[in-house]
Amino acid sequence: MMADVVGGILLAGIALYAVLGGADFGGGLWDLLAGTTRRGLAPRAFIDETITPVWEANHVWLVFDLVIFWTAFPHAFTAVMNALALPLWLAVAGVVLRGSGFAFRKEMTRLDLQRVTGAVFAFSSLLTPFFMGTVIGAIATGAVRGDASHASLSAWTNPTALLAGLLFVAACGYLAAVYLTSEAARHGQRQLQEYFTRRAQAAAIVAGLLSLAALATLHNANPALFAHLTGRALALMILAGACGLAVLALLTSGRIKGIRVIAALGVTAVVWGWGVAQYPVLLPGTPVTLTNAGAPNATYGALVVVFVAAVLLIGPSFVLLFTLQHRRLLQADHGDAEGPSAPG
Amino acid sequence: MSLGSSVVLLAARQVSGDVVPARAQMATTLGFHIILASLGIALPSVVLLAEFIGLRRHDETAMLLARRWSQGMGVLLAVGAVTGTVLSFEMGLLWPGLMRRYGAVLGLPFGVEGVFFFLEAIFAGIYLWGWRRLPGWAHFWSGVPIALSGILGAMSVIAVNSWMNQPGGFTQRGGTITSVNPWQVYFNHAALYQMPHMILAAYMVTGFVVAGVYAAGVLRGRRDRYHYAGFALGFVPAAILTPFQIFVGDTAARAIAHDQPVKFASMEYVPRTSRHVAEWLGGVYANGRVYAGLKIPDMDSLLVGFAPGTKVTGWDSVAPADRPPAVWLLHLCFDVMVGLGFLLLLAGLWAAWAWWRRRRLPRHRLFWLAGAVSGVAAIVAMECGWVVTEVGRQPWVVYRLQTTAQAATTNGGVLTSLTLIIVMYAVIGTATILILRMLARRWRAGAGLETAVPYGPPPALPGERASQVEP
Repeated sequence: MMADVVGGILLAGIALYAVLGGADFGGGLWDLLAGTTRRGLAPRAFIDETITPVWEANHVWLVFDLVIFWTAFPHAFTAVMNALALPLWLAVAGVVLRGSGFAFRKEMTRLDLQRVTGAVFAFSSLLTPFFMGTVIGAIATGAVRGDASHASLSAWTNPTALLAGLLFVAACGYLAAVYLTSEAARHGQRQLQEYFTRRAQAAAIVAGLLSLAALATLHNANPALFAHLTGRALALMILAGACGLAVLALLTSGRIKGIRVIAALGVTAVVWGWGVAQYPVLLPGTPVTLTNAGAPNATYGALVVVFVAAVLLIGPSFVLLFTLQHRRLLQADHGDAEGPSAPG
Repeated sequence: MSLGSSVVLLAARQVSGDVVPARAQMATTLGFHIILASLGIALPSVVLLAEFIGLRRHDETAMLLARRWSQGMGVLLAVGAVTGTVLSFEMGLLWPGLMRRYGAVLGLPFGVEGVFFFLEAIFAGIYLWGWRRLPGWAHFWSGVPIALSGILGAMSVIAVNSWMNQPGGFTQRGGTITSVNPWQVYFNHAALYQMPHMILAAYMVTGFVVAGVYAAGVLRGRRDRYHYAGFALGFVPAAILTPFQIFVGDTAARAIAHDQPVKFASMEYVPRTSRHVAEWLGGVYANGRVYAGLKIPDMDSLLVGFAPGTKVTGWDSVAPADRPPAVWLLHLCFDVMVGLGFLLLLAGLWAAWAWWRRRRLPRHRLFWLAGAVSGVAAIVAMECGWVVTEVGRQPWVVYRLQTTAQAATTNGGVLTSLTLIIVMYAVIGTATILILRMLARRWRAGAGLETAVPYGPPPALPGERASQVEP
């Protein structure tokens, strides 16, 4: 019972990382695809301004999820870490390069250095979610053995895992474009709104097609999971599809209100659908489940306490951060140029 | 950064097999991150101190320093956040044996740390980017949670490390954890001295690093209120904390003599359990004797038990395989840490004396030279202390329960990831330092704090060309 609760917490953490951190990765993707220096100036500046105050906080979900995973389910955690060491190392490298590239670019004044740091940020924004996707894809296809002690290349290079990697990239781009569209609309930036609307539509279609393709290959790779996805998780799958279609329709008709929430709901439904379909198995194709992955009951209890404390402390803080960000109260400091403008 | 890795590579040479590159990689990444973590823990407090003075006394110099430090803090927090994430992954990628067996225990303090990491990142987003639009005191208070969560987060991470030194708060049967007492895991016996020791170290590193930057400026002839204020805001808190740190360190050493006698014996060159043990200052232990060290008879016994006849456990109390490698390394690192601690104390006393007699900082060039290197000295002292803690625990990863070799990954290819990570961290470390220097140059040139947009036209910098020639 307690193990199920902690499993739910982990899944919620993954969904939040997907919805918040994923959008940050997507921002990097659109930065990458924004074209030449002159043409990409406006969208890049807008992406940068939108991501800047929030990316570090969004990124913490990754660490939070890792900690919950290794504390509550250490046997499954180490099997994943052993078997999928290569894509995980590549994802880590991506996380490092992305964060430092982004932070460094802000401080660069020379165009060539901005280009180098910006390219590091943008390329790693593309690679990181791809490798993370292959990891999830490998787990879902049952390619991770419960007692894995060595890295396996084939585990994460099967068609489903690779499609999952591509799907992650597309989903990140989709979320980012939807958020940026609605952010541009809020601030009356007509051109940027149209710019990101087109990209959100394209990403929605690509993500939708990739989901269907991944589902189709999963039918062979892991028939049991496929059966559950189209069985007890069917409602969530339909919800995910409906959200995607709704966002597409709303974007086409130019109605922006609420699309951010609907897009996030769609991605959350996919994550929960995966969890529901797999429950209570942690590593498909192995006997490793939520309850026998190496932690005693007291650990689950302590994690639930930590989670409740986290919700009480972090929830209101996040609301404050996002509220200030929406009102554009958090901006780069130009203090010196304006002379002494010390607040207070 | 490379200090830690090369030192541990040397120390690890005696340990066989796959574990060596894994330890070297952990040492490189942790030795790098520990500097950024220290700045992440304590820099917010220093910035807030400057902002407090700026708001309270309407002091525009302090306010300007706070705003500028904020910008540097943005870069340092970002690099600290990502290098910390690397360590999270490495717990599993390099030490699956440790996590498989003890993840359910040592993960709990990490969970608590996650909460404070969140608070730090969220309020950093508000504080760093709220300078323009948030009103004075509201902005100040938005920074307080960063400082608090830095301390509480550090406590949680040190809880894990101290638990590895003094594991407790759980029961296991047949290799499976059967029950956990989170409170005893978090506040294990070693936590009581490791937590204050490391948090004080973080504050000293930060304070002296900040002071060092402005002392270097003063030495170059920039003798203005701005540089003296920047120096004092870092130096004064760090110097005040130094005597407390020496007291905590002394207490910790005595506790280690009791908790981990073999680690202590290696730190102090105690081969055989005996009374009237001498203290060695410096010196290299080889072939059963100490070369080039200064011997103080009975001093070690006196320090351990306040009496020259106190019995001190030697490393002969355990089998050779259970002793840490390279006792000379442990001893010299310990001596360097203690020696630098006392030198920093002297610098603080000098400043205190000048202030008491003449109400100003010392004028002597030697004082400013000491101030300029105090930051590096504090970092070296901290890295040395960390080597003592980590290498001194070897061959154990969890003291007397699991060896480092048992914990290490069985995957090959760690040498590859080690090489790549050294290259990546060298680039990032260099870039971070260059960017901080570039910011300082831009500030001196009197330009804005920030370029307008990425890929935007570079703003005209009147002093840029000249200062590039002579940085």
